[in-house]
Amino acid sequence: MIELVSRDRCVSCDICVKVCPTQVFDPGLDGVPVIARQEDCQTCFMCEAYCPADALYVAPDADHPVQVEESALIAAGKLGKYRASLGWGTGRVSTAQQDDSYRILALSERLAPKKAAAASHPSAPA
Amino acid sequence: MPPPSAFDASPAPRPGNEADALQLDADVLVLGGGPAGTWAAISAAAGGARVILADKGWCGASGATAPSGTGVWYVPPQPELREEARASRESLGGFLSERLWMDRVLDRTYANMAQIAEWGYPFPVDEEGKQARRSLQGPEYMRLMRRQVIAAGVRILDHSPALELLSDDHGVAGAAGIERRSGRRWRVKANAVVIATGGCAFLSKALGCDVLTGDGGLMAAEVGADFSGMEFSNAYGISPAFASVTKTAFYRYATFYHGDGRVLEGAGSAKGRSIIARTLLSEPVFAQLDQAHEGLRESLRKSQPNFFLPFDKAGIDPLTQRFPVTMRLEGTVRGTGGIRLANAECATGVPGLYAAGDAATRELICGGFTGGGSHNAAWAMSSGYWAGGGAAAHARSLGASAATRTPKGAGRAALRSAGGERTLDHHAVVKAVQDEVFPYDRNLFRSTAKLNDSLGRLDQVWQQVQDHPADTVRDLVRGREAAAMTATARWMYTTARERRETRGMHKHEDFHDQDPSQRRRLVTSGIDVISVRAESGSGPVQAPAQLAGAAP
Ligand SMILES: Cc1cc2nc3c(=O)[nH]c(=O)nc-3n(C[C@H](O)[C@H](O)[C@H](O)COP(=O)(O)OP(=O)(O)OC[C@H]3O[C@@H](n4cnc5c(N)ncnc54)[C@H](O)[C@@H]3O)c2cc1C
Ligand code: SF4
Ligand code: SF4
Repeated sequence: MIELVSRDRCVSCDICVKVCPTQVFDPGLDGVPVIARQEDCQTCFMCEAYCPADALYVAPDADHPVQVEESALIAAGKLGKYRASLGWGTGRVSTAQQDDSYRILALSERLAPKKAAAASHPSAPA
Repeated sequence: MPPPSAFDASPAPRPGNEADALQLDADVLVLGGGPAGTWAAISAAAGGARVILADKGWCGASGATAPSGTGVWYVPPQPELREEARASRESLGGFLSERLWMDRVLDRTYANMAQIAEWGYPFPVDEEGKQARRSLQGPEYMRLMRRQVIAAGVRILDHSPALELLSDDHGVAGAAGIERRSGRRWRVKANAVVIATGGCAFLSKALGCDVLTGDGGLMAAEVGADFSGMEFSNAYGISPAFASVTKTAFYRYATFYHGDGRVLEGAGSAKGRSIIARTLLSEPVFAQLDQAHEGLRESLRKSQPNFFLPFDKAGIDPLTQRFPVTMRLEGTVRGTGGIRLANAECATGVPGLYAAGDAATRELICGGFTGGGSHNAAWAMSSGYWAGGGAAAHARSLGASAATRTPKGAGRAALRSAGGERTLDHHAVVKAVQDEVFPYDRNLFRSTAKLNDSLGRLDQVWQQVQDHPADTVRDLVRGREAAAMTATARWMYTTARERRETRGMHKHEDFHDQDPSQRRRLVTSGIDVISVRAESGSGPVQAPAQLAGAAP
């Protein structure tokens, strides 16, 4: 769930308020969005992907709030990591072009004999 | 969570008056802005229609695809490859699919993926210098689709859930909903509506799925649409026990373990998922992706950055460390049941109403099971494309603008109370429905007794959603979602009770085998009183001759 809006980093663009599919944030009167409905957070990480200032942290825990410490997250390089891994942000190139799914699929198709693929054995849902 | 600030106290918005509603008209109104809705909007606009798209969340970030991404059923048009692609699905889905629909979807998906490439999606390039188009990363794909929707001249209403359809004597004539932040109501009159609101995952917190509560199904049923395949609605996705990320492809490289380190025999992400579920009923189950050899590891990371996200954040290396797993219900998101389609353009049979993506039945291409092979994504982009085109043509055929129509709201449950003074407690309703549909020993392993037992309670819950909606916008939307979830659960289990066999993802403890005499699709109708009938004849959705003539 969303746990942190860094007041130091936030540039008050309200992009997170806009993109969050479940309306977790409200615009803050001082410009820094507030986590107004944390229980509605679906842990989808989209706000992290879109925040231009790497100011948000969504903890991996989907069912319960957890305590986080901003300085510790920064020290561990955890703010903005998802955005970087997507290749989003100025000066970066989308990592979608490094998507190796086709190689993995080709490999698993080569391993699975054709007969087996056609038999009643379900291949793993993606 | 940061300490509550002084700015935290903004009062919860209340729904605005009908009189102050945002009033718009269009030729085609698309509800939902995931892959199906965006393709529908673009295709309707290309057909010359004026289009509005309303999304509950934010078109581009909302729905099941945006935060996850999808493998795509992309098969080059070589006869032997296509034959293999079709055949591999048939037994898995219990032979309820239709080859003509598979062919159409394979053709359409092939063409749409070329279009996506032309729009600039950065596909990887293989060793031969060709683009590899077998997968789409969610954030990138849906960001691109939003841009294309805007470029097509479509007006987007974000954070604007539809609450009900509008209809008159000529059929469906638009929809009404609410803007969540301001509370302002909206009312869009349109000669055709495409329902692309996704499936129903019952607020299980599966990745991106909490906006998917079956709203479109309820709206469609209120104007008389039928459903097909609702018994195939019990898909569960594996995720780390603590996390939302139900991306299951890489669990094919996993070994599953008991808590004491013993291997859980027979467990796997494909066939062995039942074993994982049975074990989870009494003890935690752990996994480790220890079958991914060294050479593969880098590829896994590059393919699905979001698969690794919760692990990286939690400080777990899933390739070398064990972690607890769970299975979250994805319901009809990766099930196959949905609104029944009446023809090749994804019309529903109710004049002016079209359905696409997870909201519509996917039995036509995968029968009772959506295993690997990425049919859902292919279906969403294909059915969306057809529904948008069909809706535009229908709007055109009516001639007069929708602005001249005077339709009424068709919504009932949780919107217009049947009387009484009680206020709807949506928390209680949601909890009650989840208690019936989450447990593996009810929904995954079914029996007549358990289905009857659940349906008895769900009928009671259905009475509760007739109460008055509470008075904030959030409660109104939540109440309607709770009603849609209840309706979906009742369609699921009522239909499941009629399939007295095991087929596709429907596993029946009283009837372990597939029964050849039950090889037909089941059609479900009604809201207060639900009826199920067997679809008759072969090629029931449309005669093959007609289908073959339709645009691929
Ligand atoms: C984790 C995960 C991984 C997956 N991986 C694969 C894969 O590899 N291959 C594959 O083929 N499929 C996969 N799927 C399935 C695939 O994501 C879906 O089939 C696909 O997203 C369906 O598209 P859609 O447009 O119908 O619905 P969605 O993408 O779910 O979009 C529905 C939209 O409707 C909106 N909406 C809902 N209610 C309302 C309302 N009342 N009013 C207005 N708007 C509303 C929502 O906000 C949302 O934007 C996966 C699903 C999940 C959850
Ligand atoms: S997106 Fe980031 S920078 Fe913009 S308002 Fe939100 S937290 Fe602040
Ligand atoms: S993780 Fe998703 S649901 Fe949660 S706040 Fe961010 S965007 Fe919203």
